[in-house]
Amino acid sequence: MITLKTPAQMAKMREAGRVVAAMLDACRASVRPGVTTAELDRVAAEVLRKAGAESSFLGYSTPPYPATICTSVNQEIVHGIPSPKRKLADGDIVGIDAGAILDGWHADAAITVPVGRVSPEAARLIAVTEEALRIGIASAKVGARIGDIGAAIEEFVRGQGLSVVHNYVGHGIGRAMHEDPQVPNYRPTKGQPNPPISEGLCIAIEPMVNIGGPETRTLGDQWTVVTADRSLSAHFEHTLACTAAGPVVLTRPGKGAAVAA
Amino acid sequence: MPRVSLCLEKMASKPSNKEVIEVEGTVAEALPNAMFKVELQNGHAVLAHISGKMRMNFIRVVPGDKVLVELSPYDLKRGRITRRVRY
Repeated sequence: MITLKTPAQMAKMREAGRVVAAMLDACRASVRPGVTTAELDRVAAEVLRKAGAESSFLGYSTPPYPATICTSVNQEIVHGIPSPKRKLADGDIVGIDAGAILDGWHADAAITVPVGRVSPEAARLIAVTEEALRIGIASAKVGARIGDIGAAIEEFVRGQGLSVVHNYVGHGIGRAMHEDPQVPNYRPTKGQPNPPISEGLCIAIEPMVNIGGPETRTLGDQWTVVTADRSLSAHFEHTLACTAAGPVVLTRPGKGAAVAA
Repeated sequence: MPRVSLCLEKMASKPSNKEVIEVEGTVAEALPNAMFKVELQNGHAVLAHISGKMRMNFIRVVPGDKVLVELSPYDLKRGRITRRVRY
């Protein structure tokens, strides 16, 4: 069931979104060769603690997710579990996904960051994925449909010679991290749900882009998702509110209420 | 954190019976069209029909029987009788 949010509720999600943005900023600033992903997790947890917020991820689903954030290195697409054994090396790319609960409301966002000096292909992958997210957000207009977002993302990414992941999708967000509707990053096929975008809809758009094919594998920890062909993958995500004035990104850093996209 | 897409979720989980609420009640009244009014233990009355499996096995249900009812979380006023409880 899709629940629409009132402006007051969006304001609460914006507060949670500000915490998420601060977590990502702190993590981005800590990324350098030699740092372990567990250290990034600690940095994010510290930001959460200071803000008086909780992680949306910790304990989520089954088996319970064991960390504050997700850190997905290179061929890992999403849901990488931070580990003290996983040291970032020069030339890696690391996806950092963070979610916060503040006053009962969730916000969720992700970035992919280059570690030291990366290959031109990796840099282009990151740039294309970030642009895909921007295009997706711009398509989230009231009156359009959820499928228009994915269609725009898929068309752009394909045009760049890269592929979008189908097995994992964006989602509605609010009182829970994962609400309806599902927000795929591709044009929905016939018969797939394609609800209209109404005022008050809050969703997380999150394109996951691979250099190789779109197929995925889940590792033995039952969380970490990697590309089937072990090609590099990048992931960007924002939580946004759909308003009559256009989509409003709730997970941007800064003081302002919410910034129109 | 991305959500597992619908098609994967479907593969992972069996046809989901987990969304239902199971409660015990007493049949209060037999209504037309194989519907029954069932008085639940918590005092509520629901309209319930016999599950297909019970129909196939000709399990008769008469007023006064204790039965197990599955309620859908979407409409707590309707249910499905899945078992006649013996005493």
